Amino acid sequence: MYDAIVAHARRDHPDEACGIVAGAAGSELPSRFVPMVNAERSPTFFRFDPTEQLRVWREMDDRDEVPVVIYHSHTATEAYPSRTDVSLASEPDAHYVLVSTRDGAHEPGPVEFRSFRIVDGEVTEEEVEVVP
Amino acid sequence: MAVEVRIPTILRSYTDGAKTVDGKGDTLADVIDSIEANHQGIKERLVDGGDLRRFVNVYVNDEDVRFLGGLQAPTTDGDTVVVLPAVAGGA
Repeated sequence: MYDAIVAHARRDHPDEACGIVAGAAGSELPSRFVPMVNAERSPTFFRFDPTEQLRVWREMDDRDEVPVVIYHSHTATEAYPSRTDVSLASEPDAHYVLVSTRDGAHEPGPVEFRSFRIVDGEVTEEEVEVVP
Repeated sequence: MAVEVRIPTILRSYTDGAKTVDGKGDTLADVIDSIEANHQGIKERLVDGGDLRRFVNVYVNDEDVRFLGGLQAPTTDGDTVVVLPAVAGGA
């Protein structure tokens, strides 16, 4: 899952990449990787395509899943939620993963990979454990 | 019959936790007004001035209302309105 997210971020660099990892409701286990289109196709902004989002959200409903992880990349700045990220965060139960490709757009460059909760404008970083 | 409005998690504080509420009206604007009557404050989260908020996606029968006239999108009994906060951000 880690590799899939990083690969997506590298592939879309210098535009921001975004997507989710769905998991069974209540499990907190991210299990189904769903890369999304960045409708903005921008190096400084992302937005899920509204039509694709409706389809993916409905699919999760049907499978009794939630977006456990919502990820996006920053391509020129650190992997930390920007003010825009915080003000637009709309899933209080999700883990917001940020990947920065500013130093490692291509293999085998380094990437930052960090995870946060964003609730009511408050950002809390959490540890990331990569499970093989 | 009514127009069924699906409420996202983040707005369920306005609906006592309900996932769907019933509205009525011939346009999306009317439907939003009708749910505001019972769930005060929700309209403010959907509408800014005379327009839908930029980072709220609204669909009538799975069609993005931005292609249906926005708040003037026609609605009729039996329709389903889905509200989904946009997932967006920027560096």
